[in-house]
Amino acid sequence: MTWHLDNDRPIYLQLMERIQMDIISGKYGPGDKLPSVRDLALEASVNPNTMQKALAELERVGLVYSQRTAGRFITEDEELMKNLKREQAAQYLEEFFTNMRHLGLQDEEIRTLFEEAMEGERE
Amino acid sequence: MSKPILECYGLSKRYGNGFWALSNLNLSLERGQIVGLLGPNGSGKTTLIKLINDLLVPTEGGIHIDGRLPGVETKKIVSYLPERTYLSPSWKVQNLMDYFEDFYEDFKRERAEQMLKALGIERTARLRTLSKGTREKVQLIMVMSRDASLYILDEPIGGVDPAARDYILNTILTNYNENATILLSTHLIADIENILDRVLFLQNGQVVLNATVDEIRMKQKKSVDMLFREVFRC
Repeated sequence: MTWHLDNDRPIYLQLMERIQMDIISGKYGPGDKLPSVRDLALEASVNPNTMQKALAELERVGLVYSQRTAGRFITEDEELMKNLKREQAAQYLEEFFTNMRHLGLQDEEIRTLFEEAMEGERE
Repeated sequence: MSKPILECYGLSKRYGNGFWALSNLNLSLERGQIVGLLGPNGSGKTTLIKLINDLLVPTEGGIHIDGRLPGVETKKIVSYLPERTYLSPSWKVQNLMDYFEDFYEDFKRERAEQMLKALGIERTARLRTLSKGTREKVQLIMVMSRDASLYILDEPIGGVDPAARDYILNTILTNYNENATILLSTHLIADIENILDRVLFLQNGQVVLNATVDEIRMKQKKSVDMLFREVFRC
C-alpha cells in the first residue's frame, strides 16, 4: 500500500503531515520506535532521501528524536502531542466553518445542523 | 566532499547525417541520488546514455565517471539497462546469471536469485517463454543485483503494465544503496516522480532544467509532470 500524495505540493511536507497524523491518531505511541528510513520510504513508495528530510524536519519540531545507533523514536512529550491534536482539530473546524458559510448558512443554522448531526451520530 | 560520480563538460555529439544530438551539454551529478532524465523524443536522452556507456564517442567535449573517461574501468562501476534487450531469447534465466557473474565482479547472485524466487520465475525458464513484462523484470533484476556506483536505466518502465511498473520501482528502491546514483530516463513522469531526488530536462541536446522535485513543487506549485507538459507543449 503506497501513501496517497498530492502532486502539486512538496513531497517531504506531505510525508511530514502523514507521519504527524499517525502520531496524533495514536498509530505510534509516545516513545515508540519508528521504522527505518528505508522501510518507511518503501512503504510510501518515495525516495529515501525525501523520507530522510521529512524525518529530520519532524525531529526539528520535536515530534521525534533519534538515538545515535538505535534509530528514531516518537517523543514522550504528551503536552506537545496534545497541542498538535488541538491545532489539527482547530484546522478541521476552520474548514468546516468556511464550507458552511460558503453554503450561505448563519451561525444559528450551523449550530442547529451541528447539534442534529451529533444526535444522529449518537443513535 | 567526494568527486561527482558523473561529469559532462561541453559534451557534443554530431551524427553522420550532420544532426547535433547533443550540443555543449554540461552536467555534474553527485553520489547518492535518483535522477530522472526527461525530455521529448529526439532531445538526446539515449545519445547521452550511450556516450556514458562508451557505446558512442563524443564529437566534442568529454565525460568523466568517477574521474575516469568511459571505458573498461568505468564499466566495472556502471550498471546499464539498455532501452532494447540484447539478450538471446534462447537463453535460460540461469545462463543470464552465469553471464553476469562472469562479466561483473560486483554481481550478487544470491540477491538476483532471491528476487527471481519472489516472482516465481524458474531458473530453467527460457527467456522466450516469458512475457514481455516478466522479461523486463528479469533484466532489471540482473542490473540491480550489481553493487554499482552508477546505474543507468533507459526507459525501465516503458511498455509494462502498471502493476509491473510498481514492482520495478519497488525493486529500484529496495536495491538502491545510498552511495550510488541512479540515472533513469522515462516518458512516464507521473509514475516515477515520487522516487526521484532530481530531474534533468533535456531539450535540443542541452540541459534546460536541473532541479530537485520538491524545489519544482515549491516554486511552481505544480508537479514535474505538469511542468514538463508546459515546457514541452507541442
